[in-house]
Amino acid sequence: MPANQEAREVVGDYKAGWHDPENSTIRFDFGLSEEVVREISALKGEPEWMTDIRVKAYQHFVERPMPTWGNTPTLESIDFDKICYFLRSSQATEKDWDDVPEDIRNTFDRLGIPEAEQKWLSGVTAQYESEAVYHSIREDLEKQGVIFLDMDSGLREHPEIIRKWFCSVVPLTDNKFAALNTAVWSGGSFIYVPKGVHVEMPVQAYFRINAKNMGQFERTLIIADEGSSIHYVEGCTAPTYSTDSLHSAVVELIALPGAHIRYSTVQNWSANVYNLVTKRGIAHEDSKIEWVDGNIGSKLTMKYPSVILKGEGSHAEVISVAYSGEGQHQDAGAKIYHLASNTTSKILSKSISKNGGRGTYRGLVKVSPKAENCKLNVVCDALILDEDSRSDTYPTMEVANPTAHCEHEASVSKVSDNQLFYLMSRGHSEEEALAMIVNGFFEPFTRELPMEYAVEMNQLMALEMEGSIG
Amino acid sequence: MGSGESDIEALLEIRNLHAGIDDTQILKGIDLSIAPGEIHAIMGRNGSGKTTAANIIMGHPDFEVEEGDVLLSGENLLDLEPWERAREGVFLSFQYPQAVPGLQVGNFLRKSVASIRGEEAAKGADFRRELNEAMDTLDIPRNFLSRYVNDGFSGGEKKRFEILQLQLLRPKLAILDETDSGLDIDGIKTVAAGVNAAIRGTDSAALIITHYSRILEHVQPDKVHVLIDGRIVATGGPELATELEENGYDWIEGRVGAESVA
Repeated sequence: MPANQEAREVVGDYKAGWHDPENSTIRFDFGLSEEVVREISALKGEPEWMTDIRVKAYQHFVERPMPTWGNTPTLESIDFDKICYFLRSSQATEKDWDDVPEDIRNTFDRLGIPEAEQKWLSGVTAQYESEAVYHSIREDLEKQGVIFLDMDSGLREHPEIIRKWFCSVVPLTDNKFAALNTAVWSGGSFIYVPKGVHVEMPVQAYFRINAKNMGQFERTLIIADEGSSIHYVEGCTAPTYSTDSLHSAVVELIALPGAHIRYSTVQNWSANVYNLVTKRGIAHEDSKIEWVDGNIGSKLTMKYPSVILKGEGSHAEVISVAYSGEGQHQDAGAKIYHLASNTTSKILSKSISKNGGRGTYRGLVKVSPKAENCKLNVVCDALILDEDSRSDTYPTMEVANPTAHCEHEASVSKVSDNQLFYLMSRGHSEEEALAMIVNGFFEPFTRELPMEYAVEMNQLMALEMEGSIG
Repeated sequence: MGSGESDIEALLEIRNLHAGIDDTQILKGIDLSIAPGEIHAIMGRNGSGKTTAANIIMGHPDFEVEEGDVLLSGENLLDLEPWERAREGVFLSFQYPQAVPGLQVGNFLRKSVASIRGEEAAKGADFRRELNEAMDTLDIPRNFLSRYVNDGFSGGEKKRFEILQLQLLRPKLAILDETDSGLDIDGIKTVAAGVNAAIRGTDSAALIITHYSRILEHVQPDKVHVLIDGRIVATGGPELATELEENGYDWIEGRVGAESVA
């Protein structure tokens, strides 16, 4: 098969790089216009206010120039006219895997989603191209009033909640790619956890791009009401093609007083995907928002999970890792805004670059003049595996209140021959030894993941280290 | 018995070994033969080539062998990668064990045992028991297993961890490079107990590399070799270590000088 051959030539080791034959029921032509935006909205039968938001966002997207910072040559190479903005591959979002079209179900089987669902998840949504093809939540949670829907169903069933919060954390004018997402969004998750309800097991969303030159623009909104808690896990993969796809999501989190939201991601896009994502949360009094963010794949990722510490005593944590291999640039980091007193934050960023890959940490921590006694801690560590690879750090701290307690540490290290020799003398091949060092470096991140994800993460990194010794 | 002759009985046979690093010759013709079950000691000052010998046997990529052979049970070790040597039964207790942050001790031990002794040996209650017993011998607390390999370990903890690995990996040949350095007398006794437990009464052999004779009071060597400037200048029984301790390396240098004149 020429397509498979092509795939192998692009990335040999990428495990999720297969693709299914494309059996779309609705597929838009390439390119974007106000008409396309209106058609998406009409197709979904949306209320007028949502159509208006989309159109406004589209106009902002058109007017807004490309960012002038970051990897501008790669950003400029995105051809917005060669992207499909909407593709429906299944008529409905099913509640039973048996009702999902066979080839799509096979794909999720291969990715291990139904199995994970049975073992350790409270609920699953599986998105294929533009829309969710499968969705379910455990009955007991539903009885407690937990809402976990794909975003399209959420808008149909709970328009009043969505209207209240949509774009309240990430306004449509926030940045060019957030505007694009707001114009053409489709799919994503909508979660509401009622007061005092603790969702013990994580809920998971899995995003799969299958078609060539696809644009995936999921939109996620999570509201944790007072004193509630939830752990949301997100995974993503795509087939390997020689042409590019675009993934541009927006995620908005709202942690009401005393609530706790943890959002974990293992992004493993194939090396032909632009991954330009806006993730932000607002933390009210005594609440806690944690982003646990792993970026392994993609051609270019630009992602800086953010938390606005709006309520007194709130806490933010961003733990992120990035792996950049050949032809990859992970431009990732975190942003924290301390707007209220006695707020605390912690950023831990770890990056590995190899075979000419490039890792960038870009972080911003701001303390406003009125916020007293804030504590912030930033640690960034980079591990560079060869001479061709690169790591840059851009840490910014703007502290406008003298009572703030700030800590910042940064390190860049290399793997030493003596370290490898020590591990090899215990019976481990050079590749295994390197994988041990790399997985150890990522361990502070991995230990925060549900065990199943941690295992997968370690296997992924071991796979990346294969064939790296020459 | 001529020193260059092949000896089928030997576990480790080193013949006419010349080796060095960065074009500097450090070992200038070493011959050494260790039979199964024996414990040998190599004594020498800093810079005499002791650690080079250990690194060459284990296969450190920075060192280069110019001439000679190193055989384990008759098989040429020099063609093998370090991990292959480990799987063949060579173990090195490092003078400076390396830290690997994020790699948990328990996990690492299990993987190393699986790699060297096979998957089955690293599984289940039997492995657990073996691990606990070895840790008890070495006075290592259980919470050690969740720490990261050599990360933030004290000097004594590092050495005890090396010996813990020696006990679990059950090598045919254990090389201990300055394992006694930086240890107090209790530390030396503990480490010596671990070495004795791993070697005595088995077919395994040990090569103890040291500057001082202290550890040899607790692990009786069958033979002691004195290494000076890349050559073994004297070989004797355990009494040689005591003589060396009393009279110093100058004494043996003088003796060797006198012999070569005679």
